[in-house]
Amino acid sequence: MSLKIGSLKRSIWVYHLACSPCNNCDIEILDVLTPRFDVERFGIVLVGSPRHADALLVTGMVNRQIKPRLQEAYRQTPKPCVVFAIGSCAVSGNFFRRSYNMAGPVDRVIKEIDPNAIVVYVPGCPPKPEAIISSVVKAIKFLDNLKKKKVKV
Amino acid sequence: MPILYYLVFPGFVFVSVVGLLTAWFDRKLTARVQWRKGPPILQNFYDVIKLLTKEVVIPESANPTIFLLAPAIALSASVLVATMLGIYNMNYNASFVGDLIVLWYLLTIPSIMIILGASASGNPLASVGAEREINQLFAYEFPMIIALCVVIFRVGSISIGKILEYQAANGPILYSVSGVLAFIVVLFALQAKLGLVPFDIPEAETELGAGIFMEYSGAALGAFKLTKAILLYISPVFLITLFWGGIKVHGLGLLWAFLKYILIIVIMTLLRNTNPRLRIDQSIKYFWGWMTLISIIAFILMRVGY
Repeated sequence: MSLKIGSLKRSIWVYHLACSPCNNCDIEILDVLTPRFDVERFGIVLVGSPRHADALLVTGMVNRQIKPRLQEAYRQTPKPCVVFAIGSCAVSGNFFRRSYNMAGPVDRVIKEIDPNAIVVYVPGCPPKPEAIISSVVKAIKFLDNLKKKKVKV
Repeated sequence: MPILYYLVFPGFVFVSVVGLLTAWFDRKLTARVQWRKGPPILQNFYDVIKLLTKEVVIPESANPTIFLLAPAIALSASVLVATMLGIYNMNYNASFVGDLIVLWYLLTIPSIMIILGASASGNPLASVGAEREINQLFAYEFPMIIALCVVIFRVGSISIGKILEYQAANGPILYSVSGVLAFIVVLFALQAKLGLVPFDIPEAETELGAGIFMEYSGAALGAFKLTKAILLYISPVFLITLFWGGIKVHGLGLLWAFLKYILIIVIMTLLRNTNPRLRIDQSIKYFWGWMTLISIIAFILMRVGY
């Protein structure tokens, strides 16, 4: 069990899911992956398929069209996996929260199908690359706590 | 004892550790070329352990038997190749007649298993990747066979033990014009077999997602990653054995073998960092055009005596 989480937190492979964003948060995510911040130091790699992913980077308010796709992508991701809700829209809906096509912020959509999902919130419009890296550190600390408490993931 | 050879040294445990460390060296060098700091030394071990402990998702459209057998067969075939090469370098007499051809066939099994696994997954992008892998396999096998004929005809034997004995007596095959040309051809062919960048057309993460590995997850993907790491260990050892005098396992020979190994890995990594990905038709033209030409010139030069 500890081997599982110990290796997971040292090699988080991320899959980028854009769920109707305005693209600002996506540009910030791409900035995190550039040589300037070099997240490969921590084993973080961008992968091309949700089957390889350990973390889903979700941006944007989730609208009705994309909601089933997001849920399907989460179901297809091998567990244990972490969901990062990046940007104010993904965290709370921002000013789209009363919009006619809003299907709920990311955590509500994900927890509809898996109540025990691990969701990390990264507020900001858009969040700076430093904020995204600090959220990853928080997720790693959370995984560490799971390891100490011996919770089954 | 043979089972111990296969499982521990120079088999599975040894080549996994060395292969993953080599894969780390490759990533670290890539990072330094791109002016980054790069991953820690145990990064590839973390990756593989993580993949082995994760859930395996089998797609609804897949044929589960072939889908799950493919990575296991690919892994065992690559470990067998590594074991054979290791034993022949330690003991020339362990070799039998025609083992170069056996090795050659075993080296294609990982590619064939990748093709089978990708086709069995039922994903359209994976099947496009599989088709490209088939094209690529046909493209690089042809010049590689002619280049290996340079070695075979020079030594006059298809046994690796005889080739190593010949090189121990007459000096490495690499130290001649035909040897250098054949070496270059086999180096490029192995680059294509490993799917490193100018020839990573089947995997092509920017256009096909992850191509052939698209539907693989968890332990099955981990087995394929381990296969790739072991193939990364096999290719320099294969080149050293056939062209560069083999690995002498006593005294200074070990140090020289290590330096040769590192040099070949550095060349492969720099090739992969300084070249953009080719299209599949460009890759086939490259192998059936330039590489075939070079290998035929090498063969003629060898017959003339250079």
